[in-house]
Amino acid sequence: MIAFTLNGKPVQVDVSPKTPLLWVLRDTLGATGTKFGCGAGLCGACTVHVGGEATRSCLTDVGTVEGKSVTTIEGLGTGKLHVLQEAWLAEDVSQCGYCQPGQIMSAAALLAAKPHPSDAEIDDALSGNLCRCGTYPRIRAAVRRAAGVVR
Amino acid sequence: MSVTRREFLKVGAAVGGGLLIEVWSPRRARADAGKGGGPFAPSAFLRITTEGVTFVCPQVEMGQGIQTGLAMLVAEELEIAPEAMKVVAAPADRAYDNPAFNLQLTGGSTSVKAQYEPMRQAGATAREMLRGAASRRWSVPVADCVASAGAVTHAATGKRATYGELADEAARSEPPRKPQLRSGNFRVIGKPVPRLDARPKVDGTGVFGIDVRLPDMLVAAVVRCPVPGGTALEFDAAPAKGMPGVADVVRIPSGIAVLARDTWSAREAAGKLRVTWSEGPNAALDSGAILATYRAAAAGDGTSIRNDGDAAKAFAGAPRKVEASYFAPFLAHATMEPQNATAHVTPSRCEVWAPTQGPGVAKEIARQITGLGSDQIVIHTTMMGGGFGRRLVQDYVAEAIWCAKAAGRPVKVVWSREDDFQHDIYRPAALHVLKGGLSADGSPVAWSHRIVTQSIMKQAAPEFVAATLPFWVPTAVKRGAGSVAAWFMGRADESAVEGADAIPYVVPSVSVRFVAQDPGVPVGSWRSVGHSHTAFAVESFVDELAHAAGKDPYLFRKGLLAPASRNRAVLDLVAARAGWGGPLPPGRFRGIAQHASFDSFAAAVVEVEVKGSAIAVRRVVIALDCGLVVNPNLVAAQLEGSVVFGLGAALKQEITWNKGRVEQSNFNDFELLRIDECPVIETHLVSSSAPPTGVGEPGVPPVAPAVANAVFGATGKRLRSLPLRLGG
Repeated sequence: MIAFTLNGKPVQVDVSPKTPLLWVLRDTLGATGTKFGCGAGLCGACTVHVGGEATRSCLTDVGTVEGKSVTTIEGLGTGKLHVLQEAWLAEDVSQCGYCQPGQIMSAAALLAAKPHPSDAEIDDALSGNLCRCGTYPRIRAAVRRAAGVVR
Repeated sequence: MSVTRREFLKVGAAVGGGLLIEVWSPRRARADAGKGGGPFAPSAFLRITTEGVTFVCPQVEMGQGIQTGLAMLVAEELEIAPEAMKVVAAPADRAYDNPAFNLQLTGGSTSVKAQYEPMRQAGATAREMLRGAASRRWSVPVADCVASAGAVTHAATGKRATYGELADEAARSEPPRKPQLRSGNFRVIGKPVPRLDARPKVDGTGVFGIDVRLPDMLVAAVVRCPVPGGTALEFDAAPAKGMPGVADVVRIPSGIAVLARDTWSAREAAGKLRVTWSEGPNAALDSGAILATYRAAAAGDGTSIRNDGDAAKAFAGAPRKVEASYFAPFLAHATMEPQNATAHVTPSRCEVWAPTQGPGVAKEIARQITGLGSDQIVIHTTMMGGGFGRRLVQDYVAEAIWCAKAAGRPVKVVWSREDDFQHDIYRPAALHVLKGGLSADGSPVAWSHRIVTQSIMKQAAPEFVAATLPFWVPTAVKRGAGSVAAWFMGRADESAVEGADAIPYVVPSVSVRFVAQDPGVPVGSWRSVGHSHTAFAVESFVDELAHAAGKDPYLFRKGLLAPASRNRAVLDLVAARAGWGGPLPPGRFRGIAQHASFDSFAAAVVEVEVKGSAIAVRRVVIALDCGLVVNPNLVAAQLEGSVVFGLGAALKQEITWNKGRVEQSNFNDFELLRIDECPVIETHLVSSSAPPTGVGEPGVPPVAPAVANAVFGATGKRLRSLPLRLGG
């Protein structure tokens, strides 16, 4: 049994500790908001927070999160949408939407560390999150909007 | 035949987004209403009950925003706010055929163009029937019954009833033959309405195909021959079967499937399979050899596509001659959601959940595999993580059905990213050989263009033909018709030459020829299809002619476009907005291109900086004339996306073959544009009342040539092969 906290609630899973956190979230725990994109840490679709840090869950053995706090897109807002999710809606960022949970989780980790990032810092923090639909201009606008709100 | 009068509706049941959605015909709805209350459904596209209004969207949503766009058209006429309707994906049913193809399929930038009238008619039909019901109920003239904001009101008496309250009564009446459509003064059309499906895409609740979970479901990883068309000779399943969580290992037509309790167990066990392959006829596929073959083939005549005047003679007599050839490589679609599908097959029923651009094709695939009847097969189109043409071909749907049939319980097939890159249906590589003759004053007098490439439709035709024919037509007949279609397509495939055949430039002698080649690579539609490579060749070559003529590339193009043409208007717009000819920051250079596709007109100005061999795109100004703009917010989003999509192909991407295998495997060697490489993108839409035309694709074609032309401006080097690479 591996125990960790998922979105504020304790969970226990009976899987091999080598299983990637991504598949434990999606298949074992049914939290499908975290997406599979590449399985190699190259696209960022699987980004979650482990102990507050943006982490590629496809490359994270679930055994390494034992006792830690994991936050996924489902748990980002506390009862209501996170300011970034609100900004995503205000800028109408999403197209297909598949990469957006990962984009938002990376952006949330950025804002938690740097509430007022520069444009270059936004680009840098999100450069590991791919979007095939090409929503980058609106992602930038949404992060800027959220950063203006988070004070 | 007007959609509202079509006796096209079958009664059926379908599930969209996990909820039961029923599709009713007017006749059946009337009958049921008479029996005590069925939902009022004046067309298959709408279902109105006291619970609310549901819009059953016939075109699939893959990120382009069509559920929002079509809902706006319905809402405009129905007199309701778009967000007040529930929007669901249509099940697979001929009632939902795309009028552009007579097939339930979303592609070719056809959705708004083809559904603009039908969707408005659906809304207007319902509106008139609801007003009529109110008029009868209140015994007042229908002219005094006003439909607005989801209710009908009668001002003189102050009576009001919601659409739901009137639905049963409306269902007992005849639909109007030709309901009046708004002739302008639009309330919804033309407004930047936010997309209706935005919320589940930011809070993690959206259920994409890959997120489908069913009771008792297994997940499959399929090991396929690394060479397309190869087959498994023998395999040793024992090591895989011994892995934890593995339920079974089965042979399916595309390879060997490992069925397990979860995705990771299936993937891990698939890695233990030992398969001996017969690699088949494509075992020697090699990119270098393909290009050499294309170069040799370019000397051949091929099929004449366009022949104005005598291009050979005009070229021979021209005082100045320009010759160049261009190459565009094979490309992968790289949808962010890898291919996947879920199926459950029993002796009497086949149910499929799939992210698909062609529910009608999926249904035909299910019929061919299971032999079940139309009413025994249900296709649920899920949310999907991008399409770009990839999900028109549904090899992954077939895999899920085969696996589920073998397992006797639900199976979800999930492709790895490596599977996705190495078993795609690729954008065909293309070689373009161009010759241009200029008169003494620098006017083009001859234009000769030979296109050497593979036919997409030759491969796609059999499946499309089978799905287009009535469901009951025997498979053998469908195969025969498909073969005939494929034969014709292999000789004159519009998708191989589109954009090259109809160049808008006024040149007296034009020759365009298609030299078909078939190296055996699986090829298909990739966002903007043939235009994705023809525009690169045509718009690069026009730039070369301008340079040879000593003219400004914008003014040179403008001079060759008819004065009142939409091509010229959009070119002028983009040049003005980009400040063409004006000052630039040091080290910054511009390039321009225009290209019409999918009945729309696009033009782009790109600004680049070159440092060493690195090309950085800093600003892209893009303009589109797509006729009447239904939703400027979503059209702008499509243009932004088209620029990013086009830049990826311009700067980074190629699929190459070696020993029959694709050499790329993941995003490290098939790179997408990243946010830190994304330029400032400015979009401009031509204000127009012309009928709406394509939006999703027309922004892509001008991007790559505009970049190449800007790089020429920066370096004097003409890059004629994609992706654009400056020597080290």
